[in-house]
Amino acid sequence: MSGAGPDRPLAHWRHRLAERGVDRQLWLLVPALVFVVALFVYPFCYGLTLSFQPTNGGPFSDYARFFSDAYERGTIWITLRIALPAALLNVLAAVPIAYRMRGRFRGKRLVTTVLVVPITLGTVLTAQGLLNFLGPTGWFNRILLATHLVDEPVRLTHNYWGVFFSLVITGFPFAFLLVLSYLSGIDPTLERAAATLGADWRRRFTQVTLPLLMPGLATTFCLTFVLAFSVFPSAVLVGNPAGETRVISLAAYQAAYERYDYPYASAIAMIMGFVELVIIAVVLAARSRFYTGSTGGKG
Amino acid sequence: MATTTEAPPIRPPDTTRRRRRIAARPAAWIVWGVVVFFFLNLLGVVASVLVSSFGQSWFDTWLPDGYTTSWYARAWDEFALLSVIVVTLEVSVLVVGLSLLIGVPAAYALARRSFPGKRLVFLVFLLPILMPPITYGIPLATVLYKFGLAGNMSGVVLANLVPSVPFVILTMTPFIEQIDPRIESAARMCGAGLRTVFLRVLTPLLVPGILAAAILVLVRTVGMFELTFLTAGPDSQTLVVALYYSMSASGIRAQQSVDAMAVIYTSMMLVLLVVALRYVNPTQLVAQVKDEPEH
Repeated sequence: MSGAGPDRPLAHWRHRLAERGVDRQLWLLVPALVFVVALFVYPFCYGLTLSFQPTNGGPFSDYARFFSDAYERGTIWITLRIALPAALLNVLAAVPIAYRMRGRFRGKRLVTTVLVVPITLGTVLTAQGLLNFLGPTGWFNRILLATHLVDEPVRLTHNYWGVFFSLVITGFPFAFLLVLSYLSGIDPTLERAAATLGADWRRRFTQVTLPLLMPGLATTFCLTFVLAFSVFPSAVLVGNPAGETRVISLAAYQAAYERYDYPYASAIAMIMGFVELVIIAVVLAARSRFYTGSTGGKG
Repeated sequence: MATTTEAPPIRPPDTTRRRRRIAARPAAWIVWGVVVFFFLNLLGVVASVLVSSFGQSWFDTWLPDGYTTSWYARAWDEFALLSVIVVTLEVSVLVVGLSLLIGVPAAYALARRSFPGKRLVFLVFLLPILMPPITYGIPLATVLYKFGLAGNMSGVVLANLVPSVPFVILTMTPFIEQIDPRIESAARMCGAGLRTVFLRVLTPLLVPGILAAAILVLVRTVGMFELTFLTAGPDSQTLVVALYYSMSASGIRAQQSVDAMAVIYTSMMLVLLVVALRYVNPTQLVAQVKDEPEH
């Protein structure tokens, strides 16, 4: 690098930094860091300060406004009531199916490919399809009526269940692929060793596979929960956006784009992020109680 | 145990095996039943949109009265789909190109180097993926509007880059870690500078990873609703957002033309998906992404 006499203190300083791993190659990180700071960290801090500068009242009055209004405060509960059961169902249903499919069998690639399709459908098309399929004159109700399982059409759209089903359709394949990849990352010889020691399949599952799988399940739950928590289009399109599926993201959107009250919208966004991070922190704290080392497989 | 779909093993039936078969059978049937039920409903959801988009009129019957393709022509004109698709493609190409340019060098530095504060840097890159888009999208849109960047293409591209750059970094890091560092050392010894190493040695080796990351970012950008919705102006809507607007105002327009538009969107995504699956194995990819936070 630099060699001449006057540069010596500078070179010395550079040398000491290089010993700790800081040198010119780290400039490669700079564009990405600048980008993330400018477009993620700065807007976030801007929103945070904006939420403490309401159009009228003291610094906390927008937060107070949110929590004192039952209609607004209830959105947290509504969101959790949709997102938590949906994420839990997606993960729990994925476990036995992935456990059954972790070996090799004909058509495995087809099954995984077909399962990726709903991820690409996106929430908007899923909403449209659910309205057609589950609606009062849709095929689902027609089959139920034709087989005399019900006497009148079951109401499954424009309420809680429509949103719930849309979250299952988009979330389940995602959870399944994650769980399958975690399961195939567990060394199968561990289970065979347990079998030679006389464990039946139930003990092999609960005492060998499940403990190794738990950290993966926690991560899967977090990612599925994030997807479900930010539900927005389906809550409007297949849900009942004025009542039982008025989720918190909808409240934030209405504050920003219908009432143009940006400080209040930022306050709701901050509350939303906080609630989500609390749930994730709880799950990750529980995750750290399990064994998280190598599981011996390809992963 | 292995799957039950295979041929029965050629072994004399003894009591232990018979007992296990009886125990395993109902569970296997339930599992496969749930999978089939899920797929049937999924098929119903997709097929009802498809059939409706080709149907003449469909009220309270099993199938439409007649079939026509005129809804596609109507949707094409009514929603100005050509310009919407052009905007979608422009946004996606810009997002993919920029996120690769910014993300790949950063992924290299993160994969190869250890330095003080690396965990913090990793956390900062992970957060945009972990946070729901609406949470940071609203403050981001506010900032972009303040600088006059939102409401047009640049705002949409900038907003979509926020989750895409970290996504490229997380996808590329394992690919870079797989490359033997001795190859780079050899190139450096032969007198190649950092730029030459990058362009002549690393990039050719990284083409599969770059392709995988590019396609995944493309699929995500075409499907990204929230961020585009918050930052798009009237002439910078992508296909998803236009679809959402046409659906939420569906009282005005015929249901079938909205369905036709949804089918156009899905077929676009399916083409992307088929291309993507040629390069990416879904389960393998998730396994690679999942390894990242543990560094």
